[in-house]
Amino acid sequence: MDDALVIHRIHFAFTITYHYLFPQLTMGLAPLIVIFKSLALWKKDERYNKAARFWAKIFAINFLFGVITGIPMEFQFGTNWARFSQYAGGVIATALAMEGVFAFFLESSFLGVFLFGERRFGQKIHWLAAFMVFAGSWISGFFIIVTDAWMQNPVGYEIAADGTAHLNSFWSLLFNEWARWQYLHNMGGALITGSFAMAATGAFYVLSQKQEEYGRIFLRVGIIVAAISTVLQIFPTGDQQGQLVARHQPTTLAAMEGLFETERGAAIVLIGQPDTDNQKLDNPIYVPGVLSFLTHKRWDAEVRGLKEFPRDQWPDNIPLLYYSYHIMVGLGTIFVAIMIVAALLLWRKRLYQSRWMLWILMLSFPFPYIANTAGWITAEVGRQPWLVYGLLRTSHGYSANVSAGNGLFTLLGFMGMYTVLSILFIVLIWRELGHGPAFLSAETDGSGSH
Amino acid sequence: METVWFILIALMLTAYVVLDGFDLGAGVINLLVARNHDERRLVLRAIGPVWDGNEVWLLATGGALFFAFPLLYASSFSGFYLPLMMVLWLLMLRGIGIELRSHVHDPLWWSFFDFVFSASSLLLAIFFGAAIGNVVRGVPLDANGFFFEPLWTNFRTGANPGILDWYTVIIGVLALVTLMVHGAHYIAIKTEGDLQERSRRVALRAWWLLVLLTVLSLAATLYVRPAVLDNFRLRPWGWIIPLAVLLSLGLMRKFASAGRFSAAFFASTTYIAGMLGGAAFAMYPYLLPANTDPAYSLTIYNAKTGAYSLSVGLIWWGLGMVLAIAYFTFVYRSFRGKVQADQEGY
Repeated sequence: MDDALVIHRIHFAFTITYHYLFPQLTMGLAPLIVIFKSLALWKKDERYNKAARFWAKIFAINFLFGVITGIPMEFQFGTNWARFSQYAGGVIATALAMEGVFAFFLESSFLGVFLFGERRFGQKIHWLAAFMVFAGSWISGFFIIVTDAWMQNPVGYEIAADGTAHLNSFWSLLFNEWARWQYLHNMGGALITGSFAMAATGAFYVLSQKQEEYGRIFLRVGIIVAAISTVLQIFPTGDQQGQLVARHQPTTLAAMEGLFETERGAAIVLIGQPDTDNQKLDNPIYVPGVLSFLTHKRWDAEVRGLKEFPRDQWPDNIPLLYYSYHIMVGLGTIFVAIMIVAALLLWRKRLYQSRWMLWILMLSFPFPYIANTAGWITAEVGRQPWLVYGLLRTSHGYSANVSAGNGLFTLLGFMGMYTVLSILFIVLIWRELGHGPAFLSAETDGSGSH
Repeated sequence: METVWFILIALMLTAYVVLDGFDLGAGVINLLVARNHDERRLVLRAIGPVWDGNEVWLLATGGALFFAFPLLYASSFSGFYLPLMMVLWLLMLRGIGIELRSHVHDPLWWSFFDFVFSASSLLLAIFFGAAIGNVVRGVPLDANGFFFEPLWTNFRTGANPGILDWYTVIIGVLALVTLMVHGAHYIAIKTEGDLQERSRRVALRAWWLLVLLTVLSLAATLYVRPAVLDNFRLRPWGWIIPLAVLLSLGLMRKFASAGRFSAAFFASTTYIAGMLGGAAFAMYPYLLPANTDPAYSLTIYNAKTGAYSLSVGLIWWGLGMVLAIAYFTFVYRSFRGKVQADQEGY
């Protein structure tokens, strides 16, 4: 592979992976904050308002880092992927520009009211502000998914005389079948990150016997939302997403599963190491028939293996694709198990005494981040060797006029910059966790975002 | 239709420079006019609720450019690769400089973020000016419409130019001084007492430099790119623009020395809009002229996307603008008046 191509791919992959650590939490927390505001209005209980204020602070820090690391994403389409931008800009820039114009104004204006307007505007407007922040962040996510969904499954376009793609149906772009399930699956992932973070924080307060009252509120809301969203993440959204891959990207499916030979009644592999050179899977542990059933709803259906497809259409990093897919699915299954047990303990009123469960919950918060990241790696590495599936190869999309040396220079710059950002982020979040929710009244201290 | 989008994008860019311009300018003069912790907090409070909304105009302009003229977006963003990446780093540093300063109560922490805020604002102002200079001067486009410019070569405007040459440096410094004056007017509107007086003095002193640089840059532009006069010959009504620039230049000094800062701010706004509008007027229909072969230049005709997309765009863009205007009216209304030391935030 060309040096410049590799650098530009790593450049985008690194910056987007880092960026998405922040929006997945804000999109997941936003509905949970609405739940707290609703409970406060309904039960007339000030503790829920304090809980909402505490999470608003965490939200605000994450929002700032999300905005700051998000700006380079829009730029990089032009700087590092110029030939792709020239080719596809007429279609995807519609979604990206709409994201900038609508969602940001909605989110940012109401975030200001939410953070600093509680006393001035009263509780009902404050609830509305929380709801609009939620709506804004989720609409924002939708336009980004529309962009990616077009790259996975291009629709609503025509190829113009100059060879570039032009939009010919706005609604097909917006209501791409792929976008629908990918959006639900992605937002489910964000909810899992948000609710696990909340449950982990609750477990931390209960275990450290500090502000325990709030710890229990966080545990209750976090576990209930997590239990629902982890189940929905597997069925229907994960299942539907898998079927879309099977239908539209059969090569990707075969690579995800490490399936080299075409099989009837194909097995699902739980563990095993793909060996691309010899085109086989080492040390597999599998369950027969399941893959056929999942993709075709018939136990004996035929699933095509990689050998059916020309080598130049295989995803170019099969081990990475295989592992990230298995990490995502494996973690997703473990999440369901943890949250169902936690929900049972909560229901039987034994959770706060079950220290082992609280320890598991507290230590589990990094794993949704890993699962979400692995999921995105599956989607994007799975799309290879295409940049726009079936239309434009990745090797034809990067900025040929930007050399590998210049690309590496700015990649290293971003790595340095993001190291500094990470340190600042951890310090700030750590301080907020130390303060806790118990002493937060409406806008008493001026710290936090404006 | 492509002309409509050319005008809309020029308007959005002007909105960006006018709006983010005053908070960039406030950052540049921060260390000059605000001498202690309390005064620096006031400067931050004066821009705090609005700077991020102002910056969205940059993203919205970029998005509209990407969508309406994909080839221009692809070509200019990759061709200006290095300075754009530096702009991104500066925008990030500036964002955390503004937002994180108040999180920790410690003089060392404050000093560090004051410096980050001011230094990044200063460099951004120069970079943005140099970028406009590059577009006016022209870039070495090839037959496919692409180019790559290093940061500098020999500082001459000839065949093998860098981002920085004597011409673009002049425009960069002009942008810096313009935004200093503009920002000083804004800070004078939002504050009282010493801080207001020092801002007034900065505005008045920098004004002489602004006059000098305006004349110098206009002369330099005529030398580097004589073709800028073509559109003025073709459409003589365009001479209103340079007249408005000169008039607003005179008026901003008059108003600032009389202490009428809102009027002075309006004058510096007109000055910025006139300079950018004049550049856009002179460039039309060129988006990015080639200094290699004029036939390689990017124009609104060879860089545009399909007609369908441009028409549909007007609808959602219109809706977006209604939202944006509602947002800005709301924010600026609820934020009117002077900033005080005992307020919330920062």
